Order: sequence, then C-alpha cells, then structure tokens
Amino acid sequence: MVRALLNVPKRARVGEIIEIRLLISHPMESGQRRGPNGQPYPRDIIHSLRAEFDGELVVELDLYPAIAANPFFAFTMQAEHSGTLSLTWIDDHDTVQTEHAQIEVA
Amino acid sequence: MIRRHFLTIAATAAIIHPAHASQAEIAALIRELAAGRPVAKGRITLEVPELVENGNAVSIVAHVDALPGEVRAIHVFANGNPLPHVLTARFGPRAGRPRIATRFRLATSQTVTAIAEMADATLHSDEVDVLVTLAACIE
Repeated sequence: MVRALLNVPKRARVGEIIEIRLLISHPMESGQRRGPNGQPYPRDIIHSLRAEFDGELVVELDLYPAIAANPFFAFTMQAEHSGTLSLTWIDDHDTVQTEHAQIEVA
Repeated sequence: MIRRHFLTIAATAAIIHPAHASQAEIAALIRELAAGRPVAKGRITLEVPELVENGNAVSIVAHVDALPGEVRAIHVFANGNPLPHVLTARFGPRAGRPRIATRFRLATSQTVTAIAEMADATLHSDEVDVLVTLAACIE
C-alpha cells in the first residue's frame, strides 16, 4: 500500500462536471537510471490506472516510464447521480490498489 | 587497435541503449495509431512550458475542444526521451471534459506531441517544442 491523496468534491449538482485530482506516492523507477555498479535499477512504475463511477468507466490511463515520480493526475467526470468513485492502479509488482470517494449528487 | 576497440564498444552501446527515441520511431508510432487515417493539426491543445528548468517533473495538460463523449482517447509522445510513449488516456461514458493533466519527465530538449482520437475516428494533433536546462534522471 502506498500513500495516495484523492481530491474530489463531496457534493455536486446534477450534470455538473467535477474535477478529480489524484497524487500517489510512488517512485516510478523508469528502468533507465543506472546504479553505482552500472546496472540499471529495475523498472517499477504504475502502468495502468482506471477511474470508475458505480462501475461505469470515467477514464483509463496507460502509463509509461516518462511519468514523473509521485505521479499526479487530474481529469473530470460528469455527475448524474450519487455514487462511489473508485480509482484503481496497478504497478510492476502487480500490486493493485484502490481508493474510493463518495459523491452526493443533488 | 585501442581506437578500434573503443569504436566497437561505442557502436554496440549505441545499439543497445539509444539515448532517445528517433523521429522515425515517433512517426512509426503515429502511423500505427493512425492506420491510414490523416492526422489534422488543431482541436487538441497541449500545454507544456516552453522553457523547463527541471526535466524531472514537468506539468502537462492536454485538452480537446469537444463535448464530453466526442473524444475516444488522447495520446502523448515525447521524441527526445529514451522511450517515446508518455501516456494514453481513454475516456469512458462517465468522463467529463476531454482533458488530462499530469507531470512527466523530459530527458532533453525535444518536441512533445499530443494526438486526439475522436469518436468519429478522426485524428487531431498538437506539438510543443520544449527547451530543457536540467535533464531528467538518466544518470
């Protein structure tokens, strides 16, 4: 488990476009950097991230080693009804982590 | 003899570890993505600072002048990085504006390209030339 900060408005109006911001504490080791012995540090990045609202896809990201360490993402979703936003990401160790946020839409 | 050795090693190193993706590699990636469709300039806007002091974390925003649901995906490529791909964002039925923001690495001064794949299968692109004074951690 890594630390992650998910910033989502708690309440929204019907049809409103809300911004979702996510900051994950992760080294995002690119696999390009070499250690003192000349060998590259093994790649360890979050390679995919999926945002769903009550099971419906918001956005799906394929990530490559160019993404900076402690990655930050911002994107938007359209709020039509109350529900749960879930963000799931997978890294090179096949670690799957999910963060949830409840959004009240009225 | 020593020089010859050096040249062999240098050439081998260049083959195994190319310092950055070539323009041809980027062109090939875009061709593969386009699959014969033309790529038009415009509609998508790529916001990357033109002068970057630290290549380790550069803010990038790509947004498309379109309604929610009109954009299938946004792809970002950087031609001066060891690997040209930066990210692909695919938008689902709950997506809001076709916009994605993140922070990425730049190994050197280079051209960053964003391509929008629309729901009607047309492609649009934007490019920014970036000058980097401190490169991202290759060392």
